[in-house]
Amino acid sequence: MNGSNAPTFVSALFGKRWYLPLAAIIVLIAYPFFVSNYLIDIAFFFGIYALLGLSLNIVLGEVGLFDLGHAGFYAIGAYLTAILNTRYQIPILVLLPISGLAAALFAYIVCSPIIHLKGDYLCVVTIGMGEIVRLALINNLFDLTGGPNGVFGVDFPRIGGFTVDSSIKYYFLIWIVVGLAIVGLVSLQHSRIGRAWNCIREDGIAAGASGINVRYYKLLAFIIGAGLAGVAGNIYASKLMCVSPESFTFWESCLMFCIVLIGGMGSIPGVLIGAAFISLFPEIFRPFALYRMLVFGSVMIMMMMFRPGGFWPRKRGGVTYRSLMEDAGNGSV
Amino acid sequence: MALSRPYGDRDILLETKGLTKIFGGLKAVRDFDCAVHKGEILSLIGPNGAGKTTVFNVVTGIYTPEHGEVIFKGRKITGHKPHRIVSHGIARTFQNIRLFQDMTCLENIMAGQHCRTSSGLISSVIRTPGMRREEQRTRKVAEDRIKQVELWPFKEELAKNIAYGSQRRLEIARALASEPEILVLDEPSSGLNPKETQDLMEFLKRLILHEDLTILLIEHDMNVVMGISDWVVVMDEGRKIAEGMPEDIYNNEDVIEAYLGKDEGEAYVGPVVHW
Repeated sequence: MNGSNAPTFVSALFGKRWYLPLAAIIVLIAYPFFVSNYLIDIAFFFGIYALLGLSLNIVLGEVGLFDLGHAGFYAIGAYLTAILNTRYQIPILVLLPISGLAAALFAYIVCSPIIHLKGDYLCVVTIGMGEIVRLALINNLFDLTGGPNGVFGVDFPRIGGFTVDSSIKYYFLIWIVVGLAIVGLVSLQHSRIGRAWNCIREDGIAAGASGINVRYYKLLAFIIGAGLAGVAGNIYASKLMCVSPESFTFWESCLMFCIVLIGGMGSIPGVLIGAAFISLFPEIFRPFALYRMLVFGSVMIMMMMFRPGGFWPRKRGGVTYRSLMEDAGNGSV
Repeated sequence: MALSRPYGDRDILLETKGLTKIFGGLKAVRDFDCAVHKGEILSLIGPNGAGKTTVFNVVTGIYTPEHGEVIFKGRKITGHKPHRIVSHGIARTFQNIRLFQDMTCLENIMAGQHCRTSSGLISSVIRTPGMRREEQRTRKVAEDRIKQVELWPFKEELAKNIAYGSQRRLEIARALASEPEILVLDEPSSGLNPKETQDLMEFLKRLILHEDLTILLIEHDMNVVMGISDWVVVMDEGRKIAEGMPEDIYNNEDVIEAYLGKDEGEAYVGPVVHW
């Protein structure tokens, strides 16, 4: 960037380890050609959780708002896709942006009155919001949601003559969306909007006194986060071909929360690590199904004790204080 | 209503009229009138609990007053949200430093530029040329400010890691980055050693001299008040009890009484005390 030391896209994310994203992309592209459909599906759900983690990371990681009802937004996207597709045959790919926008609109409406709440108070209200969405779905809202059975027969995404109908095609669909989301979110992190979000997380009053419209940026975070979760819901609905309320329980919101905490709040590589952990862990420990929650819980506790900032916390700035002091020491002596 | 200045009146930049702020049953500020003239350093002093910080919080939009008005450049700004007040041109610092701890010093100052920039969501996501230019400009302004407060070596350091005195300067730099017309400082010298306090005074004097700026400050250190103020306003129990030139305030009976109480003259050992 013409001589200025402003961080570029890759350096912002990985520092000097620019080869890491390159390797990751190559592995992601090659992976499905060498493994069974079962493993491709696991990687697909890794992608879904990555997208959900990224969406919650905006709200929880960047702005520090405790949102334990994120599955509600995810459900809105999935159900909107399922209902509009099965009843009116609207193509899935047309519904992709629409389900994102609908979830965003829903977030705007429900979050506007509660956005001034702080910390645990907001947390409790979002739990309630998530549960209300789920209960509305179970109770067959407007005779549209199909009650506990959900909605069946969601179509494949199609463009022209091309149909996304196999595991490998779904795999690429979700990872392309995740890739685009990452590019957009890294850009946001290094913009005035990303800085404003972080300022609000650090100190809301100081953020206001520095000229940041706290209410607006909190709402914006919820809207974008919900929109991304809605997009994830769309892809999820067409992959499973059906949606039912038990996919959008409080537990699902907790998993997203864990993804952000495991990886490191506000860290995009961290979210990917967290999503990998959450989606791969149950598969690896499938033979010990009885004990896997025990192991899962222990791992979470260990994690909070030994790496409270997450596995890959976001690193800011180039110089550490220690290196500066050493430089000063070398210079003067 | 505003007392005219012996050193010549200039335009009134900021004015409060009949300001009253009530917390429960406590009238923290009562009927407070004050005028800040363009280009001066006005100190607001008074004993603990006199309501100085409350006045600041009302002026900067953190509290909404029960009665009265805040007028900035002839415009009523009472009850505006803090971020709007900053964009009008009033920037502040806090008594207990409030920095964005886990962000770098440079990012802290760049945050101050927020209200002077306008890139929206879409242009930030796709990084339009306009957004990149604005980002470069923000960085440039922040780098100039960080040099001005002599924190350049720490620009990539997290704000929580730098020394206390440096944090104070960083907070002032953040306020300056919002390009204010009036800088509102809440006890800028608290926690500083005498050398740092001296540097701070020099810095504020330079600011007034070289930039088109007005400073309103709360201060406890009487050396600072007497050393740099053009005008002093004294508060006690939420009311203004006196205002005038620093040397007049120094010998004002009411002021001495407010600080030291009545009939305790024996405790008073002459004018040079650090209240």
